[in-house]
Amino acid sequence: MTLARATSVILAKELRTEFRSRELLGTTIVFVLIVIVLFSFTFNPTSSESRRFGPGLLWLAFLFAGSLMLQSSFLREQTNDTLAALRLAPIDPFSILAGKMVANFLFLLLVEVILLPVFAVLYNVAVLPVLGQLLLVLALGTIGLAATGTVFSAVAAQARLRELLLPLLLLPVLAPVLIASTEATIGVLGDPPELSLVWLTFLACFDVVFLTAAWMVGEYLLEE
Amino acid sequence: MPASGGLKLQFSEVEKRYGMRLALRGVSLTIAPGECVALVGHNGSGKTTLLKIAAQLTRPTRGKIDFFAGETSIPLEDVKSRIGMVGHHTLLYEELTAEENLIFFAKLFGLSDPAGKARLALEPVGLSGRATDVVRTFSRGMRQRLSIARALLAGPGLLLLDEAGTGLDPEGQQWLGAAIKSLRDTGCTVLMSTHGRNETQGAVTRAIRLEGGKITHDSGAGGNPNEVLVLAAVRDTGEEAS
Amino acid sequence: MATGAQSATASRSVLSVPSVALVFLLLAAASYGALIWAPTENTMGLVQRIFYFHVSSAWSGFVSFILVFIGSVAYLRTRALKWDWLSVASAEVGVAFFTVVLVTGPIWAKPVWGIWWTWDARLTSSFLLWVLFVSYLVLRTLVDEPERRALVSAVFGIFACLDIPLVYFSIWWFRTQHPQPVIGDGGKLDPRMGWALLLCWAATLGVMTVLIRLRYRLEALRSEVDAIRMEAARSGR
Repeated sequence: MTLARATSVILAKELRTEFRSRELLGTTIVFVLIVIVLFSFTFNPTSSESRRFGPGLLWLAFLFAGSLMLQSSFLREQTNDTLAALRLAPIDPFSILAGKMVANFLFLLLVEVILLPVFAVLYNVAVLPVLGQLLLVLALGTIGLAATGTVFSAVAAQARLRELLLPLLLLPVLAPVLIASTEATIGVLGDPPELSLVWLTFLACFDVVFLTAAWMVGEYLLEE
Repeated sequence: MPASGGLKLQFSEVEKRYGMRLALRGVSLTIAPGECVALVGHNGSGKTTLLKIAAQLTRPTRGKIDFFAGETSIPLEDVKSRIGMVGHHTLLYEELTAEENLIFFAKLFGLSDPAGKARLALEPVGLSGRATDVVRTFSRGMRQRLSIARALLAGPGLLLLDEAGTGLDPEGQQWLGAAIKSLRDTGCTVLMSTHGRNETQGAVTRAIRLEGGKITHDSGAGGNPNEVLVLAAVRDTGEEAS
Repeated sequence: MATGAQSATASRSVLSVPSVALVFLLLAAASYGALIWAPTENTMGLVQRIFYFHVSSAWSGFVSFILVFIGSVAYLRTRALKWDWLSVASAEVGVAFFTVVLVTGPIWAKPVWGIWWTWDARLTSSFLLWVLFVSYLVLRTLVDEPERRALVSAVFGIFACLDIPLVYFSIWWFRTQHPQPVIGDGGKLDPRMGWALLLCWAATLGVMTVLIRLRYRLEALRSEVDAIRMEAARSGR
């Protein structure tokens, strides 16, 4: 059973389980919505102000939502001890982590894409003309969020106070992603739109570094 | 599901430490292919830990475990596909249907025709009629039966059961006993932990009692397991308080 | 009883008198160098002298965090708890040094630039690093079992350390894009200032070594107590 095959089987299971109940997706979308609306009260959302502050608030919202949503990645496997069932199977333990990383990436990206139009409307920002570039920034930033968040979710699952612990661990480590993604988004939404190569390359580096780190040490977290 | 030849297990001076607690201390044990061994003892005696080590879910702090098919030793990476386990928990996904659960695990075990094997596996446990129902709607007994179907999917040479009879009504326990017996008849090695109650006694060929992480009684390969089982039952009722 | 090797560690003193004396001497020399010998800076005056301690604490904090990385990787490869002791000792000492950085920063900034805090690249990065390793320490308090704690700390420690260069670059590049009118700087470096700084750094490295060894020893002793309890349990109480 190759790593890729096992990962895709687990990914399919994650997707199927979530889409059966849709509770996590639904709750996360509502949470980000609330944050976006609340943030809009903190300044005057004229077009130029929004372009300066909006992206930062948007990414903050995604980070907070992500750190709450990623909790359940491993907590779910504690019901009926299904994590043991996964570990009993003759698969590379990293595929468990990998399958969840990809699933979390897809879920988070979905939430972001759904909320983008809401953000655009509430903050008077024109999103459609630069949609492709925006999606690129979203994707690169979300990879970092999903990869790191999934690993830390496995870390937090072994500790007490895990609901508080995951954001505590995740947010400081993701600060560079926040900076890079926000700056890149501001650039893309700017007048004229500008795709910052430096920040995009930086995000890609971040993703590569942490994906590699996850691959090398992640599976130790699944041992007993 | 016919077994592909029972596995032989050998524990050599196995010790398992969890932080400050010694769950197993220097356990050495050989289980021959086809034996149906009952592990008895109260909670905390080390039964679950021993089973977990056999299942490769955890590694011993000291000592080792070896597996053999016939006389050839099997490397640890290859053993997992030949082991089935029914745990304390059901190891099933609540939101998926019975069929989906089995297909998922069949795929993870690298079985060909996962859908077909899943359907086949539901028959002996009497769940074919509930294949498309979500596990959340199942009773405890049905979940246990599905759990066993899952363990048997790949035709294991070793079946591990960790108090599989708990929560089953007498009819369920009888069914479990019959299922284990027929498995044993196909040559599969069975290692199960039980509280010494009746549900599986007919099938058992050997009984081992654990206390405080050590083996205190072993009826041996050819001996009469009932002596140890009876002893365990008496001790358990006598020491209810601990 | 505990193995021979462990008893030897217990009975031997972790800090020899000569080495402690050396560190004290270094500190004294460094203080003299920073506070008296080095020339007074033109624009900032006397308060600039705090720069020597501010910068050398940051550098030593860095070295501590590199040790956390080494300890974390080594633990994952060998599973020997002593590497975990090194990691926690280094993390705590590193956080202590960065606390010095974060405290001396405002003390220096206020008289010179009139504001307590500047979000300049160095100070911001120091702050984030401080938060990062405080998280590391909080994680440790939430896991009780020693091996499990060592394992999760090692994994998080590796991620946190890999994050350090990324933190520095992202904040630096951000500042380059959005320059601030006020920049925290050591001012013009007269060669004597350079020597004073190096001397200060040597002194803080000495303090770092002493503190890490002490803290490491504390963990080693705790572990030895546990081992003795374990032996007692093993032989049947």
